[in-house]
Order: sequence, then C-alpha cells, then structure tokens
Amino acid sequence: MPAIRVEGLTKVFGTLVAVDHISFEVADGEIFGLLGPNGAGKTTTISMLTTLLTPTEGTAEVAGADIVRARDRVREQIGVVFQEPALDTNLTGRENLDFHARMYGIGRTEREERIRAVLALVELSDRADALVAEYSGGMKRRLEIARGLIQHPRILFLDEPTLGLDAQTRRHIWEYIRTLNRERGVTVILTTHYMEEADRLCDRVAIIDRGRIAVLDTPEKLKEALGGDAITLSIEGDAEPLLKALAGLPWVKQAGVASGAITLTVEQGERHIPALIAAAGSAGVAVTAVNLRKPSLEDVFIQVTGRSIREGA
Amino acid sequence: MRDLTAIAVLWQREMIRFFRAKSRVVGTLGMPIFFLAFLGFGFQTSSVPGIPAGIDYVTFLVPGILGMTILFSSTFAGISVLWDREFGFLKEIMVAPVSRTAIVLGRIAGGATTSLVQGVLILLLAVPMGFPLPGVVPFLAAVAFMLLIAAAFISLGLIFASNMKDIHGFSLVMNFVVFPIFFLSGALFPVENLPAWLLPLAYADPLTYGVDGLRGVLTGVSSFSPLLDFVILSAFALLLLALGAWFFERSESA
Repeated sequence: MPAIRVEGLTKVFGTLVAVDHISFEVADGEIFGLLGPNGAGKTTTISMLTTLLTPTEGTAEVAGADIVRARDRVREQIGVVFQEPALDTNLTGRENLDFHARMYGIGRTEREERIRAVLALVELSDRADALVAEYSGGMKRRLEIARGLIQHPRILFLDEPTLGLDAQTRRHIWEYIRTLNRERGVTVILTTHYMEEADRLCDRVAIIDRGRIAVLDTPEKLKEALGGDAITLSIEGDAEPLLKALAGLPWVKQAGVASGAITLTVEQGERHIPALIAAAGSAGVAVTAVNLRKPSLEDVFIQVTGRSIREGA
Repeated sequence: MRDLTAIAVLWQREMIRFFRAKSRVVGTLGMPIFFLAFLGFGFQTSSVPGIPAGIDYVTFLVPGILGMTILFSSTFAGISVLWDREFGFLKEIMVAPVSRTAIVLGRIAGGATTSLVQGVLILLLAVPMGFPLPGVVPFLAAVAFMLLIAAAFISLGLIFASNMKDIHGFSLVMNFVVFPIFFLSGALFPVENLPAWLLPLAYADPLTYGVDGLRGVLTGVSSFSPLLDFVILSAFALLLLALGAWFFERSESA
C-alpha cells in the first residue's frame, strides 16, 4: 500500500483553481518533494492532505485513510510542520511540546521521555524552558520539527521546512530529515521552492506549476532527460570546422556558438572532455578554457514551465 | 478519553496564558472597575427611576457590572480563535486527532474559568464600595449564573470567529454586537425603562436573564424569578453552544 495516494485532487477558491486535478502516489519510506514557485498550489495540496481543507473535487488516501471520510484516522498517523509558524509564543518550548503530546494522548512517562529525545535531536534542550517569543526563527523552526515527531508519525508533512533559514540551519534540518527517514522509516512529503533542497533530499520530485504536476521523477532522471551536461569551450581560432567535427559525435547532443565560445550539451560531460580537446587539436583550434556545468533542477524547471522559478507563477 | 484529555489540555493552556499575562488581567478589569466606580459614585445620591425602594444604585449596579465583566471577557475568549488563526496555532489544534466538539468545549472551559476569576474579583472589589457580602449559597448561585453567561457568550464569540476571515472585524463585533447586548441587558438601569419598541430586543438578549438572575440571587431584587432566569439563560447557552460547535466544525482552518 502506498503511503499516500492522490487522485484528481482539486481545490477551487472562488474563481481561482489553486490545485487542478493532480494525481500521484508516494511510496512507503520515500522522501517525496513538491517543487514549485510560490502560489503553485503546494501548500493547498498539503492542507488538503492533512485534513485542514476540504477538496473541491477528487480523492486522496493518507496511510490508507480517506482524507474526507476518515479524517481522524489520517490525523492519528501524520505529523505536520506548517509553512507559517504554528507555535503558542506565550508558552515555553517545552510547554508547546507537552501540549502537543497530550493532544495525541501520550501518557506522562512516555511524554517526558519523548520530549527530552526530540529536544535533544533538534539541539534545543538548554532553551526548552524559555518562552517561544524569545526564540529566533531557526529555533522556532527546529521546535516545530521536533513537535511533528513526538507522536512518531508514519508520515511527516513538511511545508517549506527551511524557508528563511540560514545555510547552516538548513543543512542541519536536512540531516534530521534524512536520519528520520533512514532510521525510523518515516515517509516524508515536503514542499520547497529551493532547487537544491529538492535535489539533495528527495527520492522523487514532482514539479508543480499553476496547480498542476508538470513532471514527476527522481531528480537524476529529471536532469538526465535534459540530455546531458552543459560544456562551454573558449577557443582561439575558427569555430566552424570544429563545430562540424563535434556535430558528428554521437555523445554530443547539441552544439552552438554563443559570444565567441562553443556551447555543447554532452552526455556524461566530464568523461568526454579529453576527446573534445583532442577534436579541437585535430581541427587546428586552441582551447583556452573549459567550463562544465551539471544540469540542475532549475534547468529542468525552466524547460518544463518555460520560466525560471524565481519569476514566480 | 482522548477527547477529555484534549479538553483538559486546552483548558490548561488558557490558564497558563491567563496567569502569565498579568497586564492583560489588570487591563480587562479596568473597564468594569471604572464603570462601577464612576457610575456608582456619580448616581449614588440621585434616584434612578425604576429601581425598587430599599436598594441603592451601587447595589443595583454591581450585578450588572458582573454581567458586563463576564460578557466582555467571554466574548473575547470565544473570538480569540481568530488570534489563534492569525498566529497559526489554530492549525496545530486542528490537525490533532481529537473531536472538534472537544476543541470547542476546551475553549469554553478555559474561557469560562478566566471569566469567572474576573467576575469574582469584581464582586470582591464591590464589597468595600458598599455592596453586601453574599452568603455561601447566593455566592454559589451567582457563580452558576456567571458560568452560564460565559458559556453563552464564548459560544457567540466562536460563531463570529468561525465566520470571519481575519481579526479586522473584531472591533465591529465589539461595537455593534457586544455593546448593544450590554446596554440592552438592564445592567445599568431597569430594562422596563426602555421604550416599548426596544423591549423585545432586551428580552431577546441572553444577558438580560444573566444580570436579572445575578441581581436576584445577590440582592433579592429582580424582574423575574431567578429560577426562570436560570432556565431561560440555560436554553440560550445550549442553543448558542450548539450553533458555535456547528459553525466551528464547518470553518476551514488553513
């Protein structure tokens, strides 16, 4: 049984179709990413899957329970870290965790133990008794992640888990998420508009744009589908004969000239650099610089949607 | 079982927040104290028409101010769901695997307790101003009335909060709903002094029966019998509670 099964899920607000008939499955134990610009429908999708919004159309099952008809069974099996902070700032960190643990019916001894464990996990043990109002943004985020883990959820929803955090905290949080997934087998579904986050963390990524899923695959396959690495050769001499020679090579997918340099799309680029330089030599052209860039999910996003993710929806 | 725990946890959260925010407690007590002091002293020597012989205006006024204290603090407790929504905490409550009814009851338990604390404080402060110290039975009867008033108006606050998108409508509700409820209730002067065309509104106001009941059990003077007040107020409270739970259940929280 998949951890999550979504079929034709749709949410309409007035005249705005925020989520437009999306379907996907998340396997048990997977880290699944919804990648897209702000306003693409990621949070609305998460809100429906976590029972906070009622879908306009379509169905979904989370941990085998229907998100409309069996809300309580969904709620019992998930942990959620919302995009916007959802802490009571008038309570201390520990009180927020205690509130949560009791809402999930965890008994006293168990509760104290788990709270101690999650506080240690996110390195907040020494600040646990300070009011959340005094926490920094990163501390609040870590506290929320800790809170989402107290009830030992089967499935963890993370809506933009590292939004607005500094690079170091971000890497920390990625590490927690990986550890959880590996050691406890927690299925993770996260939304992000950080390419790097989706690329480094997720087993599979769905690129979501204007309420629809544009593509869905592993980050590697999505990037491979672009055809290869981008290589730029800066040269001295006539480009034409070299271009002709390169166009005949089977592993060169694309070749062109831009601002005096040769730009190529090459399968497994780093392995073919020697051959490229050799080809230039036999064409009588001197190579002065080589630049190789691995394709990123950003390139995938641009190819699929025709826009850069920073341009927004 | 889990629902009972949830009610207790939500109640406890209100207690922690209430007793931690000392300035808020003092702030909310300010208005009823000033009403009591200035109206009480200002009208002490004049005869307010319609007040039965044998009790002075301060004695007449104190149950009204008690009702006012509970009215404002409990409507606010109900409507403060909006603040939880604004600050995101409502989502934390709503994804928890507890029934929505338990969430409503937890809020009512918390809001009723904090309202009651404020009501009792006002009652104690009124004694040095000349209000007769109530006996144990009248005091307990007054507590029952205060809890019923609180349940009714926390539910009313929930109804508004469930139908409002954000906190901007808050002052609208306060000025155009809560203040009229207060002025129509007979808290400051006998309801019978109102013009005939306003009387139906006064009798449709749950607080009218709350104030009258408090006045009956604390001073022995009232328009209706305290028992009738109790029955009508209970009916209002149940109706508003059912409506509040119904609207809250249907409101979307994301």
